[in-house]
Amino acid sequence: MFQVGLTHFLVVSTILFSLGIYGIVTRKNAVMVLMGIELILNAANINFIAFAKYGNFGLNGQIIALFVIILAAAEAAIALAIVLNTYKTFSNVNVDEIDKLKE
Amino acid sequence: MSESLLINLSIIILFLPLAGFIKVVLFGKKFPKLYLLEVAIISIAFALSVFVMYSKLAYYNTKDIIGAFTWISTGNAPFSDVLNIELGIKIDNVTVIMLFVVNLISMLVHIYSIEYMRGDKRYTRYFSYLGIFTFSMLGIVLTHNLLMMYIFWELVGLSSYLLIGFWFEKKSAADAAKKAFIVNRIGDIGMFIGILILFTSYKTFTFDTIFAQIAAGNLPFGSSAWLTAAGILVFMGAVGKSAQFPLHVWLPDAMEGPTPVSALIHAATMVAAGVYLVTRIFVMLTADAMLVIAVVGAFTSLIAATIALTQNDIKKVLAYSTVSQLGYMIMSLGVGAYVFAFFHLVTHAFFKACLFLGSGSVIHSMHHEQDIRNMGGLKKKMPVTYWTFLISTIAISGVPLTSGFLSKDGILAGTLAFGKLTGHWLIPIIGFTVAALTAFYMFRLVILTFHGEPRDHHKFDHAHESPLVMIAPLAVLATLSIFIFYTPNPLSPDAGWFMSSWVKTPEQVTPVDTRFDFLKPSAENIHGGHHGEIVHSVLYTETMHWAHYPAMILSLVVAGLGILTAFMFYQWKKINVDKLIENKFTNALYRGSLNKWKIDEAYDATAINGTLQTGSGLSWFDQKIVDGAVNGSARLTRIVSKISGWFDTYAVDGFVNFTAFFSGFIGLSFRKLQTGKVQTYIVLVVFSVIILLLFFKPF
Repeated sequence: MFQVGLTHFLVVSTILFSLGIYGIVTRKNAVMVLMGIELILNAANINFIAFAKYGNFGLNGQIIALFVIILAAAEAAIALAIVLNTYKTFSNVNVDEIDKLKE
Repeated sequence: MSESLLINLSIIILFLPLAGFIKVVLFGKKFPKLYLLEVAIISIAFALSVFVMYSKLAYYNTKDIIGAFTWISTGNAPFSDVLNIELGIKIDNVTVIMLFVVNLISMLVHIYSIEYMRGDKRYTRYFSYLGIFTFSMLGIVLTHNLLMMYIFWELVGLSSYLLIGFWFEKKSAADAAKKAFIVNRIGDIGMFIGILILFTSYKTFTFDTIFAQIAAGNLPFGSSAWLTAAGILVFMGAVGKSAQFPLHVWLPDAMEGPTPVSALIHAATMVAAGVYLVTRIFVMLTADAMLVIAVVGAFTSLIAATIALTQNDIKKVLAYSTVSQLGYMIMSLGVGAYVFAFFHLVTHAFFKACLFLGSGSVIHSMHHEQDIRNMGGLKKKMPVTYWTFLISTIAISGVPLTSGFLSKDGILAGTLAFGKLTGHWLIPIIGFTVAALTAFYMFRLVILTFHGEPRDHHKFDHAHESPLVMIAPLAVLATLSIFIFYTPNPLSPDAGWFMSSWVKTPEQVTPVDTRFDFLKPSAENIHGGHHGEIVHSVLYTETMHWAHYPAMILSLVVAGLGILTAFMFYQWKKINVDKLIENKFTNALYRGSLNKWKIDEAYDATAINGTLQTGSGLSWFDQKIVDGAVNGSARLTRIVSKISGWFDTYAVDGFVNFTAFFSGFIGLSFRKLQTGKVQTYIVLVVFSVIILLLFFKPF
C-alpha cells in the first residue's frame, strides 16, 4: 500500500524551493521576486513540519514554522514597503535596472 | 703790497677762467653773446697777472711766497702715521712769469678765436673749453705740491682731449683726441708712480718739504737709486705731456683740433707744462736722471726735426717743430742749463703761438686748405700775416736780434759746456744739427707758403688778409719775439733782466756724490752765493764762458746754412729737390722722414696690435676655456639629470604606474562579478551552496 512518508514531503518542499529560486532568478518584477521568496519560506516550513511529524524533535519544528509564518508576514510588509519606495525613486520596480549600487 | 694780497690775487686769477667756464656751461645756450664775458674775464685775469708779476719781481724778487692750508689730516688714526696733506700755491719768479705767459697767450687766443671760430655751431662751448683749460693750466703753474700738480695735470689732459676732439664729427679728430688721451695716460702712470715713491718716503706732496728732506740726506727707501728712479718716473709725465720720444706721437695728430687751440695748448702752454714740471723737480734730479732727460730731449729734438723737413701740412710742420723745440728745452734741463730751458720755454711760447695763429690766419683765408703745396705767393695778399710769420720764423731759427737767438744760443752753449765737462759730445752735436734743420724747415715753410707764385689760383684769388681781431694778436706775439723785451744786448742774454735777476738756477738738493761734477758746490765759492741760488764751481763758470762764443758762432753758422739751403732749394731753385731724392740713399731718407720714420706703424704693429692680440687671446681663453668649463659642467649636469629623469620616468614611475595599473586590472576583472543585480547574486549563492554541499558532503 502506498504510504506517504517523509521523503514525499521533502520532495514537495524541494520542488517548492526550486520553483521559488526559479521565480526569484527569472522574474524582473520585484513583487514577483518577493513571491519567490515566499515560496522558499513555505518550502522551509514544509520541511520543518515534516521533520516534526516524522522526527524525534517534539513540537519544536511546528513552533519554528509558526515563527517563520510571522517572519514572512513581517518580511512581506517591509519588502513591499521597499518596493514601493523603489518605485517612488526609480518609477520602476524592475530589478534588472535598479543597479545603482554597482556604480 | 703784502704777500697775502699776492696770494689772494693769484687765487682770483686761478678761479676767474673757471667761473667763465661755469657761466658759459650753464647759460651759454641762453645768451649766445656770453663768450664775450669769457674774453673779458680772461683779460681781467691777464691784467691781474701782470700786476702780480710786477709786484713779485719788483718787491719780493728773492723770496718765495707760499700760501697753504692743511686739506686732509688723519690725526693719529690707527695703523698709520699722522698724515697731513696740504693744498696751496707757491709764487716764485718762475710762477709769475708763467702766469703772465699763460694768461697773455690765452687772452690773445680768446680774442683771435672770436673771428676764427665764428659760425661754428658749438661756438660758446668752445670758449667754455678754453676757460677750463686756462684754469687747469694756471693750477699747474701755481701749485706748491705734487698732488695738485697731478690733478691739474689730468685736467689739462681732459681739456686738451675735449679741444682736440672739438670737431668730433670728423673721425680723424675723434681718433686724435683718443690717441692724445691714451698716450698721455702712459706717461702719467709713470708720473703717478714717481709721486707715490716720494709720498711713501716723505708722507707729503709738498715740493719744499720733499726737497728739504732730500737735502737733509733723507733719501727715498734710503738709496739714491730710488731718488733717480723717482726723478725719471716723474719725468715720464713730462715725456707724455711735452710729447717727448717715444710718446711724441699724439702731438702731430692733435693738430686736428681748431688752430687757435693748437697755438694755445699744443704749442705754447700745455706742452710746456712738462718742461715746467721738470723745472719744478729740477733740484732733486740726480746725475743719472739728468743724463736720461738730456738724452731723451736730444733724441726727440733730432727725430722731430728730421720729420718736419718733409711734411706738407702747414700745421704738421709746426707740430713737429714744437716737438723738436720741446726736446730742446728738456735737453737743456738735462744738461743743467736750467735758466735757458725756462727762457726758451717763454720765448718759444710767444713765437710758436704766433706761428700757429699765423698758420690759422692762412688756413682761414684759404678756406681750410692746409697743404703748403697748394699755397704760395700769399705774401702780397696777407702782408701782416706774412711779416709776423716771418719774424717768428727768424726767431725760431735763431737769428740775432730775436728772442729765439738768445734762448737757443744759451741752450747750445749749455750743451757745449756739458759736452766738454762730461764727455757727452753727442748732445751738443745733436743740438747744432737740430738748429740747422730748424732753420731749414721753417724757411722752407715760409717760402712755400708766402713766396713764389701761387700754385692754386682758385684758392689764391679768394685769399684775403684776416680781420683785425685775428692779426692784432699776431702783431703782439711777433713783437714779443724781439730781443729788447729780454735784454738790452742783442747778442748775449746774460746782461738781461730775465737772466740776471728774474730766474736763477736753484741749488741741487741731491746728495753731492750723485750730482754732476759741475753742479757740486765748490769749496772756495760756497759762502759767496745767495740763498737758494746755485753756486757753480769755477770750472763750470769758466766752461760756460768758454762755450759762449763758439756756441754763438756755430749756431749762427748752422742757422745761416739752414736758411741758405732753404732759399737755394725753394726760392732760387738752384738745386732741384726732386732730383735730389732720386738717389737711392737720399730717397730712403726722404721716404723715412715723410712717413715719420714709421713710428706710428711700429706702435700699431707692437703695442696696439699686441694689446689687441692679447685681448683676443684672453677673449678666446674666456670663451673656450672658462665658458667651456662652465658649459661643460652644465652639459654634464644635464646629462646626469637626463639619466636620472629617465630613471624616474621609466623605472620609478613605471613601477608605481604598474602597481596602479595592475590593481586597476584586477579590479576590472573582478568588477564583472559585481553586476549589481540581486538575481545574479542569488544564482551564484545557490550554485555555490550546491557546489559546497557537493564538496563537503555533510550527510
